[in-house]
Amino acid sequence: MKKLKSSLINMVVVLTLITIVAGAALAYVNYATSAQIEKIKAENLAKGIKQVMGVDLNADFQYTTEEVGDYTFYRSDLGTAIQSTTNGFGGALKVLVGFDKEGTVLGYTILEHSETPGLGAKASEWFQKGQKGDITGKNPGTVNFTVSKDGGDIDAITASTITSRAFLLAVQNAYEELNKQQQPDGTSAATQQEGEHDR
Amino acid sequence: MNNFRIILNGIIKENPTFVLLLGMCPTLGTTSSAINGMSMGLATMFVLILSNLIISLIKNLIPDMVRIPSYIVVIASLVTILQMVMQAYVPDIYATLGLFIPLIVVNCIILGRAEAFAAKNNPLASICDGIGIGIGFTLALTLLGAVREFLGTGAVFGFTLQGESYGMLLFVLAPGAFIALGYLIAAVNKIKK
Repeated sequence: MKKLKSSLINMVVVLTLITIVAGAALAYVNYATSAQIEKIKAENLAKGIKQVMGVDLNADFQYTTEEVGDYTFYRSDLGTAIQSTTNGFGGALKVLVGFDKEGTVLGYTILEHSETPGLGAKASEWFQKGQKGDITGKNPGTVNFTVSKDGGDIDAITASTITSRAFLLAVQNAYEELNKQQQPDGTSAATQQEGEHDR
Repeated sequence: MNNFRIILNGIIKENPTFVLLLGMCPTLGTTSSAINGMSMGLATMFVLILSNLIISLIKNLIPDMVRIPSYIVVIASLVTILQMVMQAYVPDIYATLGLFIPLIVVNCIILGRAEAFAAKNNPLASICDGIGIGIGFTLALTLLGAVREFLGTGAVFGFTLQGESYGMLLFVLAPGAFIALGYLIAAVNKIKK
């Protein structure tokens, strides 16, 4: 077959056809995968909530969902898991952090991030139990949840101070939001601490 | 040139990273660890094979003056499809690599091979070229990633070979990418002579 000439009509027709075919292919793949993508997101969330509350992953776990402003609360008998978002180094950093009834951190998981692979992306392990920046078992009301560079009590991820700051801010914000919910009169430990954390 | 030679050509003689020096952005950006480099290489290979095939099939239908926009539409659609499929079926790899997948669209290796090879050759040869260049790119990225990961953290593919305290963090960061790539190119040139 001979190559088509570059006449105006040929160019318009060919480009239109190509974009229509490409658009149709994309629409089909989007339709075929969106259910699966939603399912994985929901599964990850359910798994994340169990993980941050320290519950066995296969166990049945009851919780109620409540959205408060930018935060989502998942309340259960053990305490509250809160989804909190801040700006990391590369974009939104969505953290799920579990608190027990006293406000002590039980665990956390990172739901979505755009941090640098090999650096800021390490946040998903760095602050876990037994790691260098362990935040579990600590209460943001008594422990200063900022990186040691800023006078806080948590070790930042090596070479990723911005990610660490964003992460700790997400936890701190979640804690303050939790306190606001529990004590609407504003006399919580978190509000007293606020002055120290503002910078 | 038979098809086997075309594949070998892409891996050694026209290795996109070490010889043609194409696609430096993903090369430098994603190779902070061996597994990241390899995943990026494989994802690029997938897009490259399909884009070479499709462009070679429709090359006679595309008027010369609109060939670049046509190629870009084909490539961008393939990348978006790859992104959605990865998100749905391999969410773990997508979580670490997600940020870099859209960058494949602007990877000049893919447009370069479309223009330089697929637009002039038959579909089978174009697939072979995609495989060859893809393997070459994957090998180069894996090698670069492994070197940087080893020097930076003392591990390769996540297996610790020496204590992390010996790691030179510089090599995980951007400058380390340039340094490691420079020495690797020098080494490859020496071996090829």
